[in-house]
Amino acid sequence: MSDPGKRFSVKLDTRRGRVDMSHGSGGRAMAQLIEQLFVKHLDNPLLRQANDQAAFNVPAGRMVMSTDGHVISPLFFPGGDIGSLAVHGTINDVAMSGAQPLYLAAAFILEEGFLLADLERVVVSMAAAATAAGVPVVTGDTKVVEKGKGDGIFITTTGVGQVPDGVTISGDRARPGDAILVSGSMGDHGVAIMSSRENLEFETRIESDSAALHGLVAAMVGAVPGIHCLRDPTRGGLATTLNELACQSGIGMRLQETAIPIKPAVSDACELLGLDPLYVANEGKLIGICPGADAERLLAVMRAHPLGRQAAIIGEVVEDPDGFVQMETAFGGSRIVDWLAGEQLPRIC
Amino acid sequence: MKYVDEFRQRDLARTLATGIAQAADTGREYRLMEFCGGHTHAIFRYGVQDLMPDNVTFVHGPGCPVCVLPIGRIDNAIALVKASDVILCTYGDMLRVPASGRNSLLKVKAAGGDVRMVYSTLDALNIARDNPGHQVVFFAIGFETTTPPTAVAIRQAQAERLENFSVFCNHVLTPAAIQAILSSREGDAAAEVAIDGFLGPSHVSSVIGSQPYEGLVARFQRPVVIAGFEPLDVMQATLMLIRQLNEGRCEVENEYTRVVTREGNPKAQALVAEVFERRPEFEWRGLGLLPDSALRIRPAYADFDTERRFAVPTIQASDIKGCECPSILRGVKRPTDCKLFGTVCTPENPMGSCMVSSEGACAAYWSYGRFRQTAGKAPTESAA
Repeated sequence: MSDPGKRFSVKLDTRRGRVDMSHGSGGRAMAQLIEQLFVKHLDNPLLRQANDQAAFNVPAGRMVMSTDGHVISPLFFPGGDIGSLAVHGTINDVAMSGAQPLYLAAAFILEEGFLLADLERVVVSMAAAATAAGVPVVTGDTKVVEKGKGDGIFITTTGVGQVPDGVTISGDRARPGDAILVSGSMGDHGVAIMSSRENLEFETRIESDSAALHGLVAAMVGAVPGIHCLRDPTRGGLATTLNELACQSGIGMRLQETAIPIKPAVSDACELLGLDPLYVANEGKLIGICPGADAERLLAVMRAHPLGRQAAIIGEVVEDPDGFVQMETAFGGSRIVDWLAGEQLPRIC
Repeated sequence: MKYVDEFRQRDLARTLATGIAQAADTGREYRLMEFCGGHTHAIFRYGVQDLMPDNVTFVHGPGCPVCVLPIGRIDNAIALVKASDVILCTYGDMLRVPASGRNSLLKVKAAGGDVRMVYSTLDALNIARDNPGHQVVFFAIGFETTTPPTAVAIRQAQAERLENFSVFCNHVLTPAAIQAILSSREGDAAAEVAIDGFLGPSHVSSVIGSQPYEGLVARFQRPVVIAGFEPLDVMQATLMLIRQLNEGRCEVENEYTRVVTREGNPKAQALVAEVFERRPEFEWRGLGLLPDSALRIRPAYADFDTERRFAVPTIQASDIKGCECPSILRGVKRPTDCKLFGTVCTPENPMGSCMVSSEGACAAYWSYGRFRQTAGKAPTESAA
């Protein structure tokens, strides 16, 4: 074969071109798409080997693995896009075990007719997010579905990471007396997404909080290796994630509403839409549960990190055979903070 | 948020709670029906009951728009989607309300039916404009609050000659419901004492004013205090009701003066009167057939009336066996009195309409307040 850089007579048209079925057929068009778009931007030594898998040495100790499908609409939103989200989402799922994420894999399902310009924008964003996080995308896959059978682009990312010795973080380890912390304001991502949806379109300066949290986690684990639980409150928001943890650990929780950080613009948007910010998604925040005695130290470490400046202790773990997450309201009463039922729908009145 | 946070202040709540505790006569009970789902929601979400003395209790009323809609009307809407290939637009809460045969609009949507959630009637008009080849039906529900926007949409559709748009009208009237609740207790000594007074509708009253309740108060000798939907509104109105009851007064009072006047909103009333007329009778879930209790579209706007455009039969569908929604909507039973509550009927799998919306008494009990049921037997102390 001649010079591999000249394998394709015409350059991929990433200005006006669109994804067509040949981009998923396994033929020359697919090879060109991979080479001139995916490898070009996500470039790293393992990906460049162009195998169907990436081979790397395994460190000693415990490893974790996680996968996450991304199907967001709209694809581009204030503060991020599906590309950066696909990188952050999986890095965070790996990091919530206390692990240092090492590598990512990415599978793209593209809809026939999707603009190559948009695809390139997404991949460039992924590459920037992966580079900033120091976690390369080392292998991938591309499929094309017929028009009408997808929503532009779906991205599934898988990540592997290594857990430091002596760290055992799991959703079933919360114990009565533990403190519950969050790393910052709740609901930013969900409100940013809703504000950019076609049928809502309200003006807000809120941006998605989409961010890779493994740096924050490393600082937290370094200071308090005995952290019991970590989880990022994505879909279903803080309320649903706390209920998951309460259920897994067989405990109850007592929250203070006034301690939960929520930006005024987020609570205002939720007020107008009839939504509860505790159920609105986050993509760059985490919940930490640690022994009560370690809480202040953990809080100080979180606040010293750029992604944890607004961190707060929001409540405590209590014994409760019913597993209720209860909250003292800002108003002075108490109520349950329940699982999200179905989809969060706006109220009528 | 300005004009909202002011009505959720903790310190004022404590002051009002003290005032209520001092005013409430320990020798008697105060059973107050909050008419609207908006009140129910506020009471549970903010934990207002915790700030009340034991002898002041809230009885949850029927003012939840999705709760009072009879199953047959939802069956009608589902039939329209399935048989007539229409695009059905409705407010979010309607999607999950159980219809006959364990169906719901959400399930119909999942099965390929074109059901769309809208935030406003204007969104439904936009969908009609964007889909000239399809019939677009707006599933209109709600009390007097949501009626004027529906009237605006119908007038706009006529002005634009938007021939593929129509409204399936299910708008109902509040005073008729209050009358029905009080009438059903007449002659029944046990039931008659069950409600001492009403926290009157807030948003509804901004449209109709406080005047329509005056006749009801005089006839049934139960005080009404119109109350806003913020928790301090609910507490202030509660105090006003307690004072009326202590003093033996029976009046319509208005706590929600920042929005409600005696006359209401004449422009909205005129708009509604132009587009709608009263139905001779309409079925309410829980309350049965009530005369003069609902609206239909006037003949002048018949072109935009779904019930004239399509065959919409009267469907007599019965509630799921064991479901106590009808009694709960009348304030006769509490959600916890229902055998289905929390067993087979939960917000994830609602059997009755009261479990769907957070304005419904059952969903509010379940989602915000079920720890109260077990507080007595749980080993941990109850919430502060």
